[in-house]
Amino acid sequence: MSSEVLLEVENLTVEFPTDDGTIEAVRGVSYELKRGEALGIVGESGSGKSVTSMAVLGLLPKSARVSGSVRFMGKELLGRSDAELSDYRGKHIAMVFQDPLASLNPVYTVGHQIAEAVLVHNDVGKHEANKRALELLEIVGIPHARQRLTAYPHELSGGMKQRVVIAIAMANNPDVIIADEPTTALDVTVQAQVLEALETARKATGAALVLITHDLGVIAGHAERLCVMYAGRLVETGTVDDIFYTPRMPYTMGLLGSLPRIDTKTRLVPISGAPPSLLNMPSGCPFSPRCPLVTARCDAEEPTLYHVAAGHGAACHYHERLIDAKPEEIFR
Amino acid sequence: MTTVLKVQDLVKHFPVRSRGVVRRKVGEVHAVCGVSLELEERKTLGLVGESGCGKTTLSRLLLNLIPATAGSVVYGERDVLKLSRKQMRPLRRDLQIVFQDPFASLDPRMTVAELIAEPLRIHGFYANGGREKVRKLMKQVGLNPEHANRFAHEFSGGQRQRIGIARALALEPKVLLLDEPVSALDVSIRAGVINLLADLQQEFGLSYLFVSHDLSVVQHVADRVAVMYLGRIVEIAPTEALFTRAAHPYTQALISAIPVPDPRKERTRRRIILAGDVPSPVNPPSGCRFRTRCFKFATLSEPEQAKCVSEIPALIDRGHGHPAACHYAEAAAMI
Repeated sequence: MSSEVLLEVENLTVEFPTDDGTIEAVRGVSYELKRGEALGIVGESGSGKSVTSMAVLGLLPKSARVSGSVRFMGKELLGRSDAELSDYRGKHIAMVFQDPLASLNPVYTVGHQIAEAVLVHNDVGKHEANKRALELLEIVGIPHARQRLTAYPHELSGGMKQRVVIAIAMANNPDVIIADEPTTALDVTVQAQVLEALETARKATGAALVLITHDLGVIAGHAERLCVMYAGRLVETGTVDDIFYTPRMPYTMGLLGSLPRIDTKTRLVPISGAPPSLLNMPSGCPFSPRCPLVTARCDAEEPTLYHVAAGHGAACHYHERLIDAKPEEIFR
Repeated sequence: MTTVLKVQDLVKHFPVRSRGVVRRKVGEVHAVCGVSLELEERKTLGLVGESGCGKTTLSRLLLNLIPATAGSVVYGERDVLKLSRKQMRPLRRDLQIVFQDPFASLDPRMTVAELIAEPLRIHGFYANGGREKVRKLMKQVGLNPEHANRFAHEFSGGQRQRIGIARALALEPKVLLLDEPVSALDVSIRAGVINLLADLQQEFGLSYLFVSHDLSVVQHVADRVAVMYLGRIVEIAPTEALFTRAAHPYTQALISAIPVPDPRKERTRRRIILAGDVPSPVNPPSGCRFRTRCFKFATLSEPEQAKCVSEIPALIDRGHGHPAACHYAEAAAMI
């Protein structure tokens, strides 16, 4: 795997002005995506994980105030017009959304929609595009692919629709696929099918993957590096092994401790309270109202991502206290 | 062990009607087909299955909220399904339900105090110390009694679900049906509600039917687990046995599909990926309903396959320790 950096997000900030004040959805997020790697972004609802990726592709509503920098292979994407971004969308950076029903057009056949994606960025004939559409449907594992080409989205189940969306995403051999909660609306056995389709798509195109999800289990199996988001900020970054086995931010540790899992049965360790409203962010660390380690320093000074080990960052003043700690010892 | 609720051969078919004025009956959705279960006192029975398998219909049937096509639900020597609405009312004190969506199940025009007091008022217990009772309930489910005059929309999802639980507990029920009680909640909130349910069970001696699509949650809360597929129970076992010695191919696939938040385990796990989707319950496959997606079916000889097609597998123990509805059930560890 080459270590060429494809996507560089630097100090990305997204604000939405509302009547009640400004919502700070994303506050200074920076990450890098290397060619071919799988990066997971995990967080709960409202943590800003979707908004971050929408900002990368310029898909946010006009009212959003976006600042910072998003560079794709060295070229700045922020501030470009829709027309200019169209050259990137689908061709270099493709996106898979949570709801496949909303991302497919109900009045065109599945084959038409995949072929359309091929035609937009390639100088090929219709026949050629249709052939590619069939090939793509087969890659994502749709049974009876030839018949399905003429099917309309409503004739397919949720899992199949999502696989069609993945086929469209890989139509132009993109360099990056951003998948935003691709399996959240699906049953577990179907989720396994879709995740496998996504893996196949990655192998077939060599694309790097940004996998956004709230499900730590999905991340464990499908990402190499991980960013944990909380209240619009990255609070921990590192390899999945670093973060799952040696978390150094109380929120991450709390999340792992509160997760029911099928391989062990211990009493769950909940995090008290709820995430802060993005309207009135407390000063200092956004996790401090729920954090068992909180001190006066936490409320006064928001921690930056401390470098805790090679390639492992944690946004906690007291990250050292989490070395070798267990969730049940911290969250009592 | 005492059985509090006994379900026998429960069937629910919904009619499918044609369009137009006459609305002729053109078919039937086989939502629940011959389900038998027992709910034990002070225990939790987990009911898992994917969307459309009939688990929600089943929980509604148990409370007589929708009329059953056939079968019986016996609570305290009486068949609940044969009772009229009026006869049912005193029983509703004992049998309560918590719904999935805490945003849809609470009246937005009522304060929390009114919401929790509503069941007490309906059954005529409010006049006698109702206010105190509401305060106590709020404390028991982890809500601040000072917030009694707030409205539901002022609370987060987890707190709203606690309101729903307080409402269900108000009449001191014996049985609580929990229909996906934590599915709508964020991970960090979910654990708190799961722990609360466990504590309340201890405190009040409740029996739970915990309906969920999430096996990892069920593994945590249930003493026994029933797995449902297309309206039928395909396997039922004590929780530990189910997760260590799953015998039905569907259960095995279901367990293997659940992601484990442990990168090293996840990289080495064997995953069974099922082909296709759940067939339509309007026209379920003959014989074993799972055979169209079964990975084992493909490995069987022709006469063996013919048996799957023609004969409905009974839910019995075939020598692996607990009942499973597969002619060729074999226990396997999937984690």
